[in-house]
Amino acid sequence: MTRTIPLLTALLFLALPLSLLAGRVWLDPWATPNAVVILAELRLPRALLAIVIGAGLGAAGAAMQGYLRNPLADPGLFGIAPGAALGAVASLWFGYAAAAWLLPGFALAGAGGAMALLALIVGRGAGIALFTLAGMMIASLAGALTSLAISLAPNAFAMSEIVTWLMGALTDRSWSDVWLAAPLTLAGIVLLRLAGPGLDALTLGESAARSLGVEPRRLQALLIAGTGLTVGSGVAVAGIVGFVGLIVPHLVRPLTDSRPSSLIVPSALAGALLVLVADCLCRILPLVTELRLGIALSLVGAPFFLALLLRMRREVLE
Amino acid sequence: MIEVNSVAVRNRLGAVTAAFERGRITAICGPNGAGKSTLLQVLAGLVEPEAGKVRLDGARLPRGRERARRIGYLPQVGEVAWDLSVARLVALGRLPHGDRGEVQVAEALAAVDLAALAGRPVSTLSGGERARALLARVLAGEPQWILADEPLAALDLLHQLALLAHLRAASDAGTGVVLVLHDLALAMNHADRVLVLERGRLAAEGAPEEALSEAVIARVWGVAARWLGEPGARALVAEGGRGPHPSSANRLRR
Repeated sequence: MTRTIPLLTALLFLALPLSLLAGRVWLDPWATPNAVVILAELRLPRALLAIVIGAGLGAAGAAMQGYLRNPLADPGLFGIAPGAALGAVASLWFGYAAAAWLLPGFALAGAGGAMALLALIVGRGAGIALFTLAGMMIASLAGALTSLAISLAPNAFAMSEIVTWLMGALTDRSWSDVWLAAPLTLAGIVLLRLAGPGLDALTLGESAARSLGVEPRRLQALLIAGTGLTVGSGVAVAGIVGFVGLIVPHLVRPLTDSRPSSLIVPSALAGALLVLVADCLCRILPLVTELRLGIALSLVGAPFFLALLLRMRREVLE
Repeated sequence: MIEVNSVAVRNRLGAVTAAFERGRITAICGPNGAGKSTLLQVLAGLVEPEAGKVRLDGARLPRGRERARRIGYLPQVGEVAWDLSVARLVALGRLPHGDRGEVQVAEALAAVDLAALAGRPVSTLSGGERARALLARVLAGEPQWILADEPLAALDLLHQLALLAHLRAASDAGTGVVLVLHDLALAMNHADRVLVLERGRLAAEGAPEEALSEAVIARVWGVAARWLGEPGARALVAEGGRGPHPSSANRLRR
């Protein structure tokens, strides 16, 4: 664990400059015309945004798996990502996306709505099972409303805009997106890290955790706020990016002492690295149109996850 | 001292009054569904009674970390969700104190003879080692009270005796030990005091020889049984039941 964080940080600092140069057109800072403008206005914000949303998804996934004591949990389970997506879709539906701040604003409002609904449901002292079910219900409701919005789209253009946006991407993002997502994600990661000791105690089960002084409502509040900020701001600026929150904690867990608290920061770093590299690969691939990040991650993530499950099963059998 | 004064929990406990003292081992016995675990959870502050009072040393039971520093609770299901090392698992007992407590963790590991396995992943432990590691987790918090729900149930005879010896050592050092026990012979031979619950109510209470007398066992468990051997080394021989137990029949109806 002590070596994991410096190692991942070093890799991130190595990957960042490479990602700035990589693309359909490889940049040579000294030869390419307008290299400085391209770097400063296009590639740097995009790379930073990849780092920000990857970090948020990684940390949220690690916290979620710790809370549910289940390595198959994913930040989408709480309904916050679908809630944010619904908000964004609503803004596209009404054609509000013209102003740069409106879509992320709507998405954040959607995430906030999902968070408030969750908090309302669990405010009466719900256990982990009810909490998760409530999240899944919110996710399914938001998903249904999103589908409704698509099917009732006012025109073909809005429909295609919604569908494309939902796939998740980092194309054409600017500094304003970075300034929106970075502080919110950072605050969310701090909150999730604060939930760490409570998540550690949950390793021993719900009643043992309470006997160790963990207040279930405080823990739930930290998780709702932390996941809401990280995932909500991620969806607001990049759409739905799947699998990062699921895979990254798996990859990082063997490098740590397996306590949920010591997994959160390394998962944030590894998530940042994964999305940064994946976004680079999306740009480099010689396709007619650029591969959407959300699609690419799911394309790679699903087989990876299957292999992981099969390996886990083999270990159990042995 | 932990006192409960006519505490009631719906469908599980009805007006139980009892006092528990430090420096001795108290066993809570009773048939399935008698409310043993519920009473233990009330003592641990994990279940809020609907009626009645729970007092710790004359004051209201504290909450959160303050309570956790004083009362250690060992649940019946020894769940460990992640594959921590034994030392990390035991160190979870320091959470209420908010420190690493390296000294206390080392002492707790030594107390249950697991110091040599400190670096091993929990998944590689045997059932007996795992039970000892979970007890060490409670010991590491240096609580004044250890409340354990069936800590011996999954263990073989040797490990049962070993764990009881650890609990006896803690009790001799002034810790209050309260155990839910199914095995009446273990309660008879190792507890200083026994509480017998039946359908949520106190059916007998006192020294093991009285609280677990053959008459009480016949009345509460519906089993004609005889104690053999000398006090402190008793064995129970059951001679036959009297058909379905009234308390279980009652529960089915409810």
